[in-house]
Amino acid sequence: MNWFDDWALPLGVFLPAVGMVLLFFIPKANETAHKVTALLTTVATFAVGVVILCRFNYTSGRLQFTVNEQWIPVIHSRFHVAVDGISLPLLVLSMFVCILAVIYSWDHFPEPHNPRAFLALILLLEVGMNGTFAAQDLILFFVFFEVVLLPMFFMIGVWGGPNRQYASIKFFLFTLFGSALMLVAFLALYFLSKHPTFDMVRLAQMHGAGIAYGTQLLVFGGLFLGFAIKVPIWPFHTWLPDAHTEAPTVGSVLLAAIMLKLGTYGFVRIAIPFLPRAAQTWAPWIGLLAVIGIIYGSLCCLAQRDMKRLIAFSSVAHMGFVMLGIATLTNFGINAAIFGMVAHGLITGMLFFVAGSIQERYNTREMSRLGGLLTQAPKLGWILGFCAMASLGLPGLAGFWGEFPAILSAYAPAGNISEVTFRVYMVVAAVGTVLAAGYLLWMFQKVAFGTPKDEFKDAHIHDVHGPEWIAWTPLLLLIVIFGIYPNFLFKITDPAVTRETREVAVVLHIANQPKTEAATR
Amino acid sequence: MNPVVDYHALAPEIVLTTTIVVVLIADLLFPERARWQTSRIASIGVLGALIPVLTLASGVFTDNHFVPRSMFGGAYVVDEYALVLKGFFLIATYIVLLLSIDEIKEGDYYQGEFWYLLLSSVLGMLIMCSARDLISIFVALELISIPTFVLAGWKKHNSKSNEAAIKYYLIGVISSAVMLYGMSLIYGLSGTTMLRGIFAYLEHAPDLGLILVACFLTLVGFAFKISAVPFHFWAPDTYEGAPTPVTAFLSVASKAGGFVALLTIVFVGLYPQPDGWQPVLWFLAAASMTVGNLTALRQTNIVRMLAYSSIAQGGFILAPLAVAGSGSNNGRDSFQAVVIYILIYGAMNLGAFAVVIAVARRTRSGAISSYSGLGVTSPALAVIMTMFLFSLAGVPPLAGWFAKFVMFRSLLDAGGAWAVTLAIIAAVNSVIAFFYYGAVARRMWFDAPAEGATAPRIPAALNLSIGLCVVAVVVVGIYPQVFAHLGDVAARSITG
Repeated sequence: MNWFDDWALPLGVFLPAVGMVLLFFIPKANETAHKVTALLTTVATFAVGVVILCRFNYTSGRLQFTVNEQWIPVIHSRFHVAVDGISLPLLVLSMFVCILAVIYSWDHFPEPHNPRAFLALILLLEVGMNGTFAAQDLILFFVFFEVVLLPMFFMIGVWGGPNRQYASIKFFLFTLFGSALMLVAFLALYFLSKHPTFDMVRLAQMHGAGIAYGTQLLVFGGLFLGFAIKVPIWPFHTWLPDAHTEAPTVGSVLLAAIMLKLGTYGFVRIAIPFLPRAAQTWAPWIGLLAVIGIIYGSLCCLAQRDMKRLIAFSSVAHMGFVMLGIATLTNFGINAAIFGMVAHGLITGMLFFVAGSIQERYNTREMSRLGGLLTQAPKLGWILGFCAMASLGLPGLAGFWGEFPAILSAYAPAGNISEVTFRVYMVVAAVGTVLAAGYLLWMFQKVAFGTPKDEFKDAHIHDVHGPEWIAWTPLLLLIVIFGIYPNFLFKITDPAVTRETREVAVVLHIANQPKTEAATR
Repeated sequence: MNPVVDYHALAPEIVLTTTIVVVLIADLLFPERARWQTSRIASIGVLGALIPVLTLASGVFTDNHFVPRSMFGGAYVVDEYALVLKGFFLIATYIVLLLSIDEIKEGDYYQGEFWYLLLSSVLGMLIMCSARDLISIFVALELISIPTFVLAGWKKHNSKSNEAAIKYYLIGVISSAVMLYGMSLIYGLSGTTMLRGIFAYLEHAPDLGLILVACFLTLVGFAFKISAVPFHFWAPDTYEGAPTPVTAFLSVASKAGGFVALLTIVFVGLYPQPDGWQPVLWFLAAASMTVGNLTALRQTNIVRMLAYSSIAQGGFILAPLAVAGSGSNNGRDSFQAVVIYILIYGAMNLGAFAVVIAVARRTRSGAISSYSGLGVTSPALAVIMTMFLFSLAGVPPLAGWFAKFVMFRSLLDAGGAWAVTLAIIAAVNSVIAFFYYGAVARRMWFDAPAEGATAPRIPAALNLSIGLCVVAVVVVGIYPQVFAHLGDVAARSITG
């Protein structure tokens, strides 16, 4: 199976592109063939992911399945892809959710229909997402990071809700602006490093050697803005509610489940290991924005009337927990953050699926008009309840293991980051979990309890149907499995995270040394 | 003493000149109905001229010690740089020919002269690539310009076309005069028209004053040719008034001709005195991208929008040149960036114009509103246009991203406050540019088509030209090394 190791990642990244090209060769009328092709492509891609999972060495913590080929020698950029415990869960999650997206769309493509284009966009999106998680070269990373923009732009703009034009442009411009700054930061890293290179592995080993501390802070600022807009961290989040609200269901799911993780992944993979000293200086500020995001997101949720918008704001809050974990720069915090990313992907993805299905049945997402879901479509109602519980961090479900350790990790941040500050953040974040319980239960109560409103009293509401069951069951199962046995995931992430944080800790220790000496003297 | 003539090195020019003569004679001899055959002769001639370019270039790829062929005392040089750009001009011209064939055949135009004038201008471009002294550069530039004055006024009965030609002609002549004055000053100071000689003189120039004036006037002359702000106002009117294939030619080939002249003069001649040209170019670059973009936002006609967009793109091409003096390796990164940008810009802009021509076949209009719902009526055309627009906006994985990338790279490589400021201006402008490129894409995909809109019927030649551009934009976007290598080879031959 040696050949497999050499081809696994290129296959995992580019199979969807092959499927996309195939779609264009199938006549437009033959919709079933389009759906089958897209499904087979995503399943085949996921199969590659499963084999990677089987052949992955879980103890080493190193990058595996490395492919490092010449790409653009003139600018010293290489086609370098590899995965380790940090990227593997996200890569497989992306492959997995794309299958569900295709299945869910099976016979409800939003207006204006056109399955071929819609499926092609899903596949192109998958190329970008998988590629970002696999890339180990900054330029390659940048290209994949940007590839996701266009499909999402069109998905929102063509298949979205009434306010889709505004939402799609806003989404595109925010991210474009962030990535322009990110690219400038990448170039600065290249030109300023001791050994100019775009190779992420080598840049991570150098820890910003040769770059003056003040410049490091600026470069980190560029990276921060690029990733923060994608996450999104408060106050860069304003594109998210609009994009989520207007996007078609599948678009919202992919956006929440995977695309937001590109930003947090960027912090873990690039910003922190490349420039640990700058990260240490920035950490209290990132932590501050994170907790503001938690509280602000939660409060906004309580003020929403639109169900999808509520879930979108809850994403802002949840990503706040993830960012808080990352900002501690500790092993514990980053492990929690990755768990949080996967858990949020599963749970919020599920919530958007349910919200989409409710809208399809009631033609509204206005919570004041909904009610009595449990009497009209009990299964759908209970699934919504289950997801709300998972999302508020009920122990025993996946959401808990993203939030709880992240809060705990804030007790003792790494390096000489102020403990007092982070302990304050910890308390605030803990308050945030209470608010989360508040708005999620409130939403559940509004939508599911009581009796249906008069306008829907006699409406015939379908309960969960075939494609929905197929798309949702795996997600629901995973939420339970990861909740009961979180080690499934921690086992994968921990060795790689330990490696990274140990190196960061060493750099910080050396960097902080003279200061402590001066203090004792 | 007879000058040494290297016939192999001159073969592309000779083939093209022969074609020009044959086209002219054929136009006289052929009966009216068979006149369209002249386009065929022109195409064959252009492809024929490409053959010697390739045979000459084969030396570049087989052994690394490619010996530049120099003639007329070094005034005419065929090196890697010249070959790369000659190849570019010939291929771009071939695409323009493909765009024009049906347009010219169906319109009430004079066929033979069209091809004759077009090819004459291309001959000027080929000479420009090799010209290494002020006089041959000037002659080449005039040879490029004068036929295009006539081409711009090709729609004889259309007042807009007439206005376009007159405007373009007057401004072209004035700019030539200004440039010539600057060149004469340079000659007066250095005592030579050879760029190499000027380079040697400037390395030990005693006093800067007059040199600055000379550089300034020369560059201003070129600024007209490449329609850099504030010398751009002829471009939108001319672009709109001229037949669209001619506009495509003006905005890509003829503009690139101006850039090639600038590259040669700056790198081979003026390089030792960056103070003479860096500030002027910096200003032109910053002004072009900003004004071009902001004005493009307001356009309602697609050709005018593309005209302003090409002014803005010209600013992006100029940016690396504006900091070339402080780059590492004698500004090699900057040189590379300009060449790569020109190549990629050519592919995507020609492609965009090709689609404009295709759409206008049905709508007979250049209004951006006529693109509404193109995604429904002719999805393939809309997908392709979207690719060109987003490539122009610089979104990966389409070729435009790499052009922008090398530009930013050369700016940050040069470093320093001026270069970084220009990089920031360029970054902001890239975001602004998305608005108007995206606006057309939105029309095509988000809006409903007009009543009774149908797909245009696209002739084979137009399809072929669109296809060539799409392939270039996609392949270079995914594997930029194709063009990056050409840029690198060209840069090596000039910057050493």
